[in-house]
Amino acid sequence: MNDLNAAASAPARAQAPAATLALPARARFRVDARLLPLAVTLALFVLMFGAGSLLFDGFFSLQVFLNLFVDNAFLAITAIGMTFVILSGGIDLSVGSMIALTTMLSATLLDRHGVSPAFVIALALLLGASFGFVQGLVIQTFKIQPFIVTLAGMFLARGLCYLISIDSIAITDPFYTKVSAVRFPLPFDTSISLNVFIALAVLAAAVYLAHYTRFGRTVYAIGGSEQSALLMGLPVARTKVLIYTLSGFCSALAGIAFTFYMLSGYGLHAMGMEMDAIAAVVVGGTLLTGGSGYVVGTLFGVLIFGTIQTLIMFQGSLSSWWTKIVIGLLTLVFCLFQKAFERGSARRTASR
Amino acid sequence: MKAPVLGIETAATPHPLRRVMRHRIFWPLATLGLLLLFNLATNPHFFAVTVRDGHLYGSLVDILNRASPLMIIAMGLTLVIATHGIDISVGAVVAISAAVAATLIGGELVLSGAHVPRFPLPVVVLAALAVATLFGMWNGLLVSFVGMQPIVATLILLVAGRGVAQLITSGQIITIYYSPYFFIGNGFVLGIPFSLFIAAAVLAVLVFLARRTALGLFIEAIGLNPVAARFTGVRASSITFWVYAVCGLCAGIAGLIVSSNVKSADGNNAGLLLELDAILAVVLGGTSLSGGRFTLLGSVVGALIIQTLTTTIYSVGVPPEVTLVVKALVVFVVSILQSDRIRNRIAALGQIGEAAP
Repeated sequence: MNDLNAAASAPARAQAPAATLALPARARFRVDARLLPLAVTLALFVLMFGAGSLLFDGFFSLQVFLNLFVDNAFLAITAIGMTFVILSGGIDLSVGSMIALTTMLSATLLDRHGVSPAFVIALALLLGASFGFVQGLVIQTFKIQPFIVTLAGMFLARGLCYLISIDSIAITDPFYTKVSAVRFPLPFDTSISLNVFIALAVLAAAVYLAHYTRFGRTVYAIGGSEQSALLMGLPVARTKVLIYTLSGFCSALAGIAFTFYMLSGYGLHAMGMEMDAIAAVVVGGTLLTGGSGYVVGTLFGVLIFGTIQTLIMFQGSLSSWWTKIVIGLLTLVFCLFQKAFERGSARRTASR
Repeated sequence: MKAPVLGIETAATPHPLRRVMRHRIFWPLATLGLLLLFNLATNPHFFAVTVRDGHLYGSLVDILNRASPLMIIAMGLTLVIATHGIDISVGAVVAISAAVAATLIGGELVLSGAHVPRFPLPVVVLAALAVATLFGMWNGLLVSFVGMQPIVATLILLVAGRGVAQLITSGQIITIYYSPYFFIGNGFVLGIPFSLFIAAAVLAVLVFLARRTALGLFIEAIGLNPVAARFTGVRASSITFWVYAVCGLCAGIAGLIVSSNVKSADGNNAGLLLELDAILAVVLGGTSLSGGRFTLLGSVVGALIIQTLTTTIYSVGVPPEVTLVVKALVVFVVSILQSDRIRNRIAALGQIGEAAP
C-alpha cells in the first residue's frame, strides 16, 4: 500500500518524521487533531440520522437505529478486521470472497453432509484464519504488495465457492434456522438479533487489541513507519502476518453472521463487500496510509453506510445504485479531508 | 519466521538490459506457447483456421477476437502501472462507456424498417470515449494533483462508477438493436475481426508515443523515482495525469467493443472483475507492479494468455468457474516469481542457465 503512493505523496512522507518529532511539545493539540476525523464521522452520522428523522415519518425510532446494527453486523465484523490491516498500511481485498466461501462451506457441510453446526463454525473460523495467515505469510516473506496477494486470494476464494457449487444452497439446519430467527427483546418493543452481539463482542475485543496490547501498538507503529518499527526492534514480520490472519478470521466470522442472516450459501454473496468495508474504514476516520485511526470510528463508518441505505429505502423513489454513488462520494470527501488534515499538520510543524 | 530484510526495496532492474528484455518477452511468449500446445494436444483441430463467409474462422481467431478488449485495457493499465500507480476502476469505466453508448443509441426495438439511433454513430462513439476519458482524467486529477494514493483514488471510482453506469441506463440492461454498431465488436475487415484492428491501432499509437518520443522514458523515470524525476525536469504530475486519462480512454474503447459484442449494456455486470484480469495481463506480460520499465507488447501477450487460459478451461470441459481458481494460482506464482527474493535466486541460477533457452 505504502509502495503505491510513492508517486503521489513522497514529499509528504519526507515530512512525516518531523511531524512525529514535534509530538511531545504539542501533545495537547496533537490529541485534538487526531480525534478530529472521529469527531467528523460522529457528527456526520448524527447529522444524517437527524436529517432522516426530520424528512421521514417513522425514521426516528429505536428500531430503525437498531436495524442499522442488525442489517450490517457482518459488515461491521469484517470492517473491524479490515481496520487493523489498513492501520498497518496494508489492504485486504479478499474479505468479501471469504464471506462467500464461508457461507458456501457452511451450507454444503450442513445440508449436504449433515455435519454438526459447532464443527462447521469451528472449521469455517479455522479456514478463514489460515487463509489470512497464508496471505500474510506470502506478503511478508516475498515482500509483495498486499493488494496483489489479496486480489489473488479474492479470486481463489470465489473460485473455491464455485467449485463447491454454482447454485445457491439453502440451509435448513435446525440450529441455524433457530439462530436466524431468534430476537432478543429490548425495551420499547424493539429487538436485535444474535449477530449484533457477535459484532459488539468483536468490537470490544478489537478495541482492547488495538489500544491495550503490544500487538495493537505494533500495528500502529508499522502503519506510521515500517522502517522505524523495524529499527525499534518491534516484531514487524510476526505482527504483519498476524494482522492478515486476524482479518481472515474476522471475515470468516462475518461469513458465519452472514449465513445466519441469509440462511443460504452462494458464490455471489457479499459481492464487492471488500469495497464497502474499506469505505467504512475510511469514512470511520482511519488514514489509508496507515498509522492513525480508531476501531470505534469504523463502527460509525458502518453505521453511516447503513444510514445511507436506510435513507434511500425510506425515500422510496431513489434507486439502490445511489447507495454506491453516495458511498463513493463520501469516501472521496473523507480522503480529501485526510489529505487536508495531513497537509495541515505538516504545515503546523513547518511553521514552528 | 525469517528476520525481515532491512533497507528499501529496489525496483527489479539490476540485470543488464539485454537479459531483462529477454526475460520480459521470452517468458510470456513461452507461457502462451505452452498453453496453445496443450490445446493442440487435447484438440488436434485447434490450430485450424478456415474461411467461412469470407471471414477467418477458428479457435485462434476466436481467442484473438475475445481478447481484444482486455488487450486494450491492459495496454492503458501498463502505462499507469509503469508510473508506479494502479487503476482498479477500468471495469467500472467499461460499464460507463457501454452505458453511454447504449443510451445514446436508444434501446427501442423497431420491427419494420431500419433502426434509427437517437444520435449518429460517430457522435455516439465520440461521446462514450469522451466520457470514459473524463473519468480517467478524474482519476489522474486525484492521483497527481490531489496526491491521493492510486489504489484509493481509483477505488472510489470503482465503487461509484457502477452506480453511475446504472444511473445512465436507469438500472436496466439496455439492448442495442442498431446493427451498424455491432460492427465494432463483431465486424470483419479483410477477413480479420475489426476489434483486432482497433487493438493494433492502440498498440501502434502507444508504442509510438512511448518508444519514439521521450514520453516512455519519462513514464519509467516517474515510476522508478518520482522525486528524482521531478528534479531532473520531468513534469511528473501532468504526465501522470495524462497517463490516467489514456487508461480511461482505453477502458472506454474496450467498453464500446464489449457492448457491441454482447449487443447490450449492463451497468452492473459489464466489465465485472475486468480490472483484475487487466492487472493479471500486465503482470503476466512482464511489467513489474513496482513501476519503472514496462512492455506494451508483453501486456498484449499477457491478455492473450488469459483468454487462451479461459478458452482452454472451457474446451477441456472443466466448469468455467474454475478459471478463477486457476487465475488466482497464476497470480500467486507469478507475483512470487517477480519478488526480489526469488529474482535474486534466479539471477544466481541464471548465470548457469543462460545458454539453455
